[in-house]
Amino acid sequence: MSAEIAPQPLLQVNNIEVVYDHVILVLKGVSLQVNHGSIVALLGANGAGKSTTLKAISNLLRAERGDVTKGSITFEGRQIGKSDAPQLVRRGIIQVMEGRRCFEHLSVEEDLMTGAYTRRDGRAAIKQDLEMVFNYFPRLTTRKSTKTGYISGGEQQMVAIGRALMARPKLMLLDEPSMGLAPQLVEEIFQIIVRLNREENVSILLAEQNVNRALKVADFAYILENGRVVLDGDAETIRKNEDVREFYLGLTEIGKKSYRDVKHYRRRKRWLA
Amino acid sequence: MVDEFWFAMEVLISGLLQGFMYSLVAIGFVLIIKSSGVFNFAQGSMCLFAALGFVSFWEAGLNFWVALGLALVMMIVLAVVIERVVLRPLVARPPLILFMATIGLAFLLEGLAQALWGTQPHGLELGIPDSPLEGLPVDISQFELFAAAISLLLVLALVIFFHRTRVGRALRAVSDDHEAAMSVGISLQMMWGITWAIAGGVALVAGIMWGTRLGVQYSLTLIVLKALAVLILGGFNSITGAVVAGLIIGGSEKLVEVYLNIIFGIGGVESFFAYALAMFVLLFRPYGLFGDEIIDRV
Ligand SMILES: Nc1ncnc2c1ncn2[C@@H]1O[C@H](COP(=O)(O)OP(=O)(O)O)[C@@H](O)[C@H]1O
Ligand SMILES: [Mg+2]
Repeated sequence: MSAEIAPQPLLQVNNIEVVYDHVILVLKGVSLQVNHGSIVALLGANGAGKSTTLKAISNLLRAERGDVTKGSITFEGRQIGKSDAPQLVRRGIIQVMEGRRCFEHLSVEEDLMTGAYTRRDGRAAIKQDLEMVFNYFPRLTTRKSTKTGYISGGEQQMVAIGRALMARPKLMLLDEPSMGLAPQLVEEIFQIIVRLNREENVSILLAEQNVNRALKVADFAYILENGRVVLDGDAETIRKNEDVREFYLGLTEIGKKSYRDVKHYRRRKRWLA
Repeated sequence: MVDEFWFAMEVLISGLLQGFMYSLVAIGFVLIIKSSGVFNFAQGSMCLFAALGFVSFWEAGLNFWVALGLALVMMIVLAVVIERVVLRPLVARPPLILFMATIGLAFLLEGLAQALWGTQPHGLELGIPDSPLEGLPVDISQFELFAAAISLLLVLALVIFFHRTRVGRALRAVSDDHEAAMSVGISLQMMWGITWAIAGGVALVAGIMWGTRLGVQYSLTLIVLKALAVLILGGFNSITGAVVAGLIIGGSEKLVEVYLNIIFGIGGVESFFAYALAMFVLLFRPYGLFGDEIIDRV
């Protein structure tokens, strides 16, 4: 997998700070970038701030009373901090939220069609893309008129991704697509993510706790802890990093983690940050 | 025997037709609950405001349709103002706070209506007599028939709008998950504005129909009382529920009233029967007959 070498990154997040409810500081200076055509993984444990980072980019923060109080975000070289979610979708950034979030009383087809809400390029083009989505997710074809509240978790994740695809995005922000899915479904979803990246030219920022799986598809990765990026690098480099092997992949030679190891890690973390 | 049958039919039909008029009011609530999860305490005041505006325009010598159009525009403007001034600043606040905001809105609208158009009652005559249609074995009021037909048309139009149009689909998405709706680029502000405008239009129709019946005056705001029972029975977020529950309540309360009176000499049941029925159903179906079932699957 080679990330295209582009003169400027598609997305650049510069040292952002995010505060919820005016007082709860959650992101303490996060920077990252996504190059055109690449898959970038944003890894970290529960509560690290992955979802918050994605919502800061897609500007879904406001609905949760969150605010970017420092730093800046640029997309295709332009500041997007002031744009609201509908404007961002129109400009090509779409988020697939954690937990799938289908519209449970809409049929699968209707749910997918909501993804085309901001489009102005006509019925024919939208219909064609609907066919494309059903091609990527053939198992949804038989579920077209079933309410999304009654389909399986894996199918809901497919609807959520397919719906985002209907917006014809340049950048897809995927929040834990593997969450709560059986291993072979996770496999299926990740294969499709790679295909979307290659065949539909969608750049991807992928938040995951499933570090191992995410590193297999990503070109580049950031590790987030407690609202800070503590490590970044090529997916390959990250995978070989000893701390990552120990704390995220569970591939430790030493056996049980002792408190000293953890402390050692924290020191190292600070140094990296 | 035959006479008794026709009498019962007459009571039933008149009740059902009245039921349509209950539904008309209930639908206004349903629309807003669906889009923003708020119980709009001001729905009755909106009916009064709309009807009073319409009557005043009409009495001022405007053509009927012009007055109607003007009142509709007024309700749309009102919806936009409400969205900007009340809803937008309160976004992501608990529903209870929004509910309290609508209480304030109710009194504001009533005050505004009186300031603009005075306090005295206005008669409203649409030119459709509230007298029986001729040539039928039962007495059916032409006006009730007309009002029921209008309600039915309105409901059909809404159903088509919600299920066959892009904006309608977006509104249903918002009612399922407003954050996910935002994530696909649906503007909540726009959707709220549209819903309140539609609810305003529905309030205008309801206000005119009930205003014809009762006169356009302050007590028009009380028509929401029956609509509440309809809402509980039908489910707070179902338009179909509002219609069916309106019919059930309208039909049954008349029959119960008349026959309890004839058989046992008990009167006045009509005023509370609707609530008794609604509460009874609530025991078995907490979300009403047609309310969106909470889908519990993961
Ligand atoms: N709406 C919110 N209000 C206040 N705190 C929040 C909110 N959402 C998330 N947080 C807090 O921010 C931190 C990061 O959360 P999140 O971004 O969801 O992490 P992740 O997605 O990595 O699990 C957590 O400590 C969480 O409790
Ligand atoms: Mg998360």
